Amino acid sequence: MTNPSVAIIDYGMGNIRSVLNAFEEVGAAGVLVDNPENLGSFEKAILPGVGAFKEAMENLDESGMTAALNTYVSKGNQLLGVCLGMQLICLDSEEDGFHEGLGYLNAHVVPLPREAGLKVPHMGWNAIEFRCEHAVFSDVESGSDVYFVHSYRVKCEDESDVLATSNYGVPFDSIVASGNVLGMQFHPEKSQGVGLQLLRNFISLK
Amino acid sequence: MLKKRLVAVLILRQGQVVQSIRFKHTNVIHYDAVHAIEAFNKWAIDEIVMLNVTREESSREQFAEVVSSVSRHCFVPLTTGGWIGDEDYAKRLLRNGADKLVLNTAFSDNPDLVRTLSKRYGRQCIVASIDVKRTEEGDVRVAVDRGRKIIDADPVMWARKARDLGAGEIFFNSIDHDGARKGYDLETLAKICGAVDLPVIAFGGVFKWEHLAEGIGAGADAAAAANILHYTEQSTKKAKSFLANAGIPVRREGRHGA
Repeated sequence: MTNPSVAIIDYGMGNIRSVLNAFEEVGAAGVLVDNPENLGSFEKAILPGVGAFKEAMENLDESGMTAALNTYVSKGNQLLGVCLGMQLICLDSEEDGFHEGLGYLNAHVVPLPREAGLKVPHMGWNAIEFRCEHAVFSDVESGSDVYFVHSYRVKCEDESDVLATSNYGVPFDSIVASGNVLGMQFHPEKSQGVGLQLLRNFISLK
Repeated sequence: MLKKRLVAVLILRQGQVVQSIRFKHTNVIHYDAVHAIEAFNKWAIDEIVMLNVTREESSREQFAEVVSSVSRHCFVPLTTGGWIGDEDYAKRLLRNGADKLVLNTAFSDNPDLVRTLSKRYGRQCIVASIDVKRTEEGDVRVAVDRGRKIIDADPVMWARKARDLGAGEIFFNSIDHDGARKGYDLETLAKICGAVDLPVIAFGGVFKWEHLAEGIGAGADAAAAANILHYTEQSTKKAKSFLANAGIPVRREGRHGA
């Protein structure tokens, strides 16, 4: 397989350019997809995102991308949600009220704990501890640091969906997978060598 | 555990990376900023801050282009600023690959812009640059407009105001310490770190690795430097080793970090 293409879903949220740059660096062609009709021609897609859950879901719903994603995922294609994108694949979020998500992952989005000495957002480099073996971990060591920026965390209902956890006051799920849908709470596109390797592995997933 | 960050600062004047000494910029370090980034990428820097300190506002276009070319090689967070005076330019920098925006003068002259950008892109995207200068009376006061205008504001009060306007992080520098090789202004730094519940990046004056550790000791979440990181071979590796030996949690290069 040479130069596999990956759909980068562009729905008006977040730093699309960084994701494009990272895929270019690992030798994959990232293609911005803002028209839901175009998603059908891909087998791999990434749902990036920085910002508010509610606004993101509204953008996805109004553009018709939610429906296109539902079809895309039901056909068994691979989807990687990054940061807010990982939260959007969950059932629901408590951010700014209560909002339903895409529901591909049996998980809820809840606030990070507000404890003395812990600044929120959780911003900076923190370790991912592997909870199982997975092809996405190829050539990556458990305990590697990656770059996080988030104020809410994903809480999986099924422990078998948790691939890696991290710790910030509490342990939280930092890499998740349910069938053909994956999520990373951190920014692989901004996590230097480790992050690029994770993206490389996502591209190579069978 | 969350690591303390080592941050490299690129001071750009007319598109070139320059040395900064008390906010005066003379020596060119790199004619092409991409060369600096390529070196840092190999050496496990945790974040890059790029500041356009050109006196002329007309430098904005050129700086945005440099951000674009740097971002193609930058796989750590990229924080950019200088002359962010309107929403369109902020959007342009982000579209060109910046992850965060640094604002300084806007906190005094255009607070509505700060509020708008914070609401639109989120607090984590807005970094308040706070420059301070000691007056002849010995008071520490805030300076804006590339250090040229001292305003009658106490740095701690200013940091709180920055947070209230929507900043998610503080980038602290002292004009007296900048390029002066005596370490950070630890006294003011510690006061700011103690007063606001935001991550603080310490900058200005690092000449020895100990200075980085001192900044962390004063409460900073990140220790930043410019000149020393550019001029020292394998600088970030050496800096990280020093910090780790001093008991400070830092990100070490993984198998693929090299």
